[in-house]
Amino acid sequence: MTRAPSSTVHDNPFMKPMEWISLALLVAVIFLVLPMLLDAFRLNLVGKYLTYSFVALGLVICWGFGGILSLGQGVFFGLGGYLMAMYLKLEASSVENTKIQSTPGIPDFMDWNQITELPWFWKPFTSLPFTLLAVIVVPAFFAFVIGTAMFRRRVGGTYFAIITQAIAAILTILIVGQQGYTGGINGITDLRTLHGWDIRTDRAHNILYFVNGGLLVACILFAQYVKRSKLGRILVAMRDKEDRVRFSGYQVASFKTFAFCLAAVFAAIGGAMFTLQVGFMSPSFVGIVPSIEMVIYAAVGGRLSLFGAVWGTLLVNWAKTTFSESFPELWLFGLGGLFILVVLAFPNGLAGIYRTYVEPRLTRRVKALEPAPAVALPHAAE
Amino acid sequence: MAESKGNGLQSALRRRLLMGLAGVPAIALMPRMSFAAGPATATVNTTGLAVTDTEVTVGILHSATGTMAISETGSIQAEKLAISQINEAGGVLGRKIKIIQEDGASDWPTFAEKAKKLLVNDHCAAVMGCWTSASRKAALPVFEQYNGLLYYPTFYEGLEQSKNVIYTGQEATQQILESLNWVAKEKGAKTFFFIGSDYIWPRTSNKIARKHIENVLKTKVVGEEYFPLGHTQFNSVINKLKLTKPDVIFTDVVGGSNVAFYKQLKAAGIDLSKQTLLTISVTEDEIDGIGGDNIAGAYSCMKYFQSLKNPNNEKFVAAFHKMWGEKTVIGDVTQAAYLGPFLWKMAVEKAGSFDVDKVAAASAGIEFKEAPEGYVKIHPNHHLWSKTRVAKALPSGQFEVVYESPELIEPNPFPKGYQ
Repeated sequence: MTRAPSSTVHDNPFMKPMEWISLALLVAVIFLVLPMLLDAFRLNLVGKYLTYSFVALGLVICWGFGGILSLGQGVFFGLGGYLMAMYLKLEASSVENTKIQSTPGIPDFMDWNQITELPWFWKPFTSLPFTLLAVIVVPAFFAFVIGTAMFRRRVGGTYFAIITQAIAAILTILIVGQQGYTGGINGITDLRTLHGWDIRTDRAHNILYFVNGGLLVACILFAQYVKRSKLGRILVAMRDKEDRVRFSGYQVASFKTFAFCLAAVFAAIGGAMFTLQVGFMSPSFVGIVPSIEMVIYAAVGGRLSLFGAVWGTLLVNWAKTTFSESFPELWLFGLGGLFILVVLAFPNGLAGIYRTYVEPRLTRRVKALEPAPAVALPHAAE
Repeated sequence: MAESKGNGLQSALRRRLLMGLAGVPAIALMPRMSFAAGPATATVNTTGLAVTDTEVTVGILHSATGTMAISETGSIQAEKLAISQINEAGGVLGRKIKIIQEDGASDWPTFAEKAKKLLVNDHCAAVMGCWTSASRKAALPVFEQYNGLLYYPTFYEGLEQSKNVIYTGQEATQQILESLNWVAKEKGAKTFFFIGSDYIWPRTSNKIARKHIENVLKTKVVGEEYFPLGHTQFNSVINKLKLTKPDVIFTDVVGGSNVAFYKQLKAAGIDLSKQTLLTISVTEDEIDGIGGDNIAGAYSCMKYFQSLKNPNNEKFVAAFHKMWGEKTVIGDVTQAAYLGPFLWKMAVEKAGSFDVDKVAAASAGIEFKEAPEGYVKIHPNHHLWSKTRVAKALPSGQFEVVYESPELIEPNPFPKGYQ
């Protein structure tokens, strides 16, 4: 058996010059152009859209590279969001804020549902470090359990997609049904402060926007690291010829589980940032419809491109907001038209357009300018 | 963060410039305006709302798309009708009302986003909107944070009171207690079976109903079942109904589930002319979907029915049909939505200002004598004093009123002994 040809550092750099340019462009748009052009309200909206792009990014790894189509990413987005919301809600439910309730000091929806004591699984969420840890660990564990159970039994392709969809439906029903513990269909609303810091002000929204952007860039870099590592190549190999990888002696299930867990963690980070910026969380982000919508973001952006995923998310959500503001009664048709157009005309999404029409020209230019211009590595987190 | 600070200055400057520019064409328009000159804008608008010398901007925020569109369309129509009538009569403080409509898309976070847009970007002086409790709960923090004013039309569960909201529908005790008294007295009901959709409004309403049945009427609840929103299989609960044989089926099933529920009830041979069924969630709008034949004989408890006989209502129904077509039906919430713009207009005129704080403070005690439901008055807790009516569903899809509370009922969103 021959080993996969190992490449030297030279012909496998961390990112190709074009990718550096893409990154620089994204960073410039997120950190400079948008904050300069948009007012506080619109910037907060973009911040909200960017939280979805975490999910799209996860889907690029899991679906684009690994070939595992998950139609249940809303589950992880929702988990991250709900865990964060639990912490924020407990902080907003101080005895003083809730003195009109029959039991002061517990979240308002519990009081409406005749619950008189904080349930045990809510108690640890008074601690911020625990919450932050839980936002990462709980979805990862959940994804690990699902992944192990499915991939070890060699459940894949369409069956896996259907099962993830079922899980999204189950979690929604659970959240809606247990409204005393979860806030039901209303979700967890009226969140106010993060560790004493008011998250509702324009200034806080601004800061959260930059934190969000920083985390997104960090996730992109991590995804890029995975993509160019051996692991990333095995993922692609698995997608194209799973049996051959298995017969070469690789534990296919473990690699798949890893990709799925990573996508889950990305989605959860997005969910937590969503809760912080929007100020509430509801089951309408957990179910089947939002999960599929998130797949559409990745598809529009191009499922093979990390940057495409972010642009796709921004484009679709921008179109959604703009259409719905201009044509409150007809906007869904416009949005539907956009999806059909993209899928029919550009099956590889925005990234496909870029690769076919823009990149060849740019590459020629860049080649002419060798050596490639140095681009400073942006800060991973603000 | 330096660039964002600089940007703040820039955008404020830009906005001011744009506002100045926007005023230029208005000057040319002014002589042509037919509106009586009202008080100067600077005195009636001290908080930067979208008020010019000739116009005031009001938002409408309902679901025009998605599952709730079927219910909320009536509210949008009623609000547009009310605003056009106000404009025909000379506007508010000499200013014509301009509408900015946004779509909540049956999605609660979208309601919050659009509410923020209406307040922060458009500076709406008031917003008529929201329908489900969930959408109100999502938008409420936005209205409180940016000090907006929301007119909320739906009958709801209570347990809420905000300076920034005027609740033009009934809260749960207003709607429920009278009707339970009526059914106990008129039908001699001793046993009740509750069936509801699984969310906050039915659960809270049933809690209030249970306390009243057990503690005041001294009778019994023999069953209580909840189903997820959109549920369409009611066979199991219908079997339980056949076993327990309650005197009264008390339902608060909402939306599309109603269609399945009443059809299956009929198919199972439960005849509503013999079995008493009292619902607090079916208006003329829902019957449109259920079909009059399927629900004929059931009793509904609301503050308004299209068939109410009084001059105000006859005028309202005629105007509504003229604007939106003869076939449209008018349910309880549609009527409550119609009240919003008028109550706002009267409060603004009483306050002599569009400022939200002043309008909110002036709202208590506002009386609207031309309301289609009859006389209404705003309570200091921002809910309305109103009558409650029980009506029987007819095969035509309309209701025949069989009982009306003699007095206006005081709104009590935090009822003692019912929580």
